[in-house]
Amino acid sequence: MAKGIRIRAKTKGGVTTVKALMSHPMHTGLRKNKKTGKKIPAHFIQEVNCEHNGNAVMTALWGPAVSKNPYLSFKFKGGAKGDSIKVSWVDNKGQSATQESKIR
Amino acid sequence: MQRRTFLKGGLATGAVAVAVGAGLLTPQTVLAAWPKAAFEAKGDAAMKALFGTTATTASGDIKIKAPDIAENGAVVPVSVTTSIGSIESISLFASSNPSPLAASFNLGATAEGFVSTRIKVRKTGKVNAIVKAGGKMYSASKDVKVTIGGCGG
Repeated sequence: MAKGIRIRAKTKGGVTTVKALMSHPMHTGLRKNKKTGKKIPAHFIQEVNCEHNGNAVMTALWGPAVSKNPYLSFKFKGGAKGDSIKVSWVDNKGQSATQESKIR
Repeated sequence: MQRRTFLKGGLATGAVAVAVGAGLLTPQTVLAAWPKAAFEAKGDAAMKALFGTTATTASGDIKIKAPDIAENGAVVPVSVTTSIGSIESISLFASSNPSPLAASFNLGATAEGFVSTRIKVRKTGKVNAIVKAGGKMYSASKDVKVTIGGCGG
């Protein structure tokens, strides 16, 4: 399931914009499987951590109401070309993924 | 005797709820623990479970960018921009959802007042953004019309 995260980070005028795209089904636990009529168990990302050069910039706590293959964007002050940006997530089944990228 | 144990159990859970409600367990202190109660709560209880209060101040300094009419409720892009200083968190609530709390972003010291993501919205209703800054809560809302719900099959 953990196919990775796509990250784009760009810095402009002292502010860095980070965009991340994760690959995840984000099942709410309310939907039913059309063929079997059984509910698809909830499976969604609960926590996303973003680090800039090892310092936490943002922590997102998500519920099942975030769309599948979640997209996330945020900005922070500072950051220079070549700095590392690390995004990691953990879901309710304990699966996780981490991806590191550089600011462009 | 059974009644007594029952009462005791009730008191214990009540105490935890009060602790959460009183804001003793703020999101910052329980970062590692996902606020299950807040994400499962319905209506205003979600806000109460997350922040310990439902008292917010409407603010013009919060801008929510979301479509007026969302054709597909499963993917509603929402951006929140705010100029309020010393922000602690930005939370998104879709008031028509079974559990309104969609996402909560805890921002670090260097983070700007901006987050953007995509959420599911069950039916036409308000999308609320709550910004917590300097211990105070500010809110803004936007109506989003949904033609196809985002929580069904």
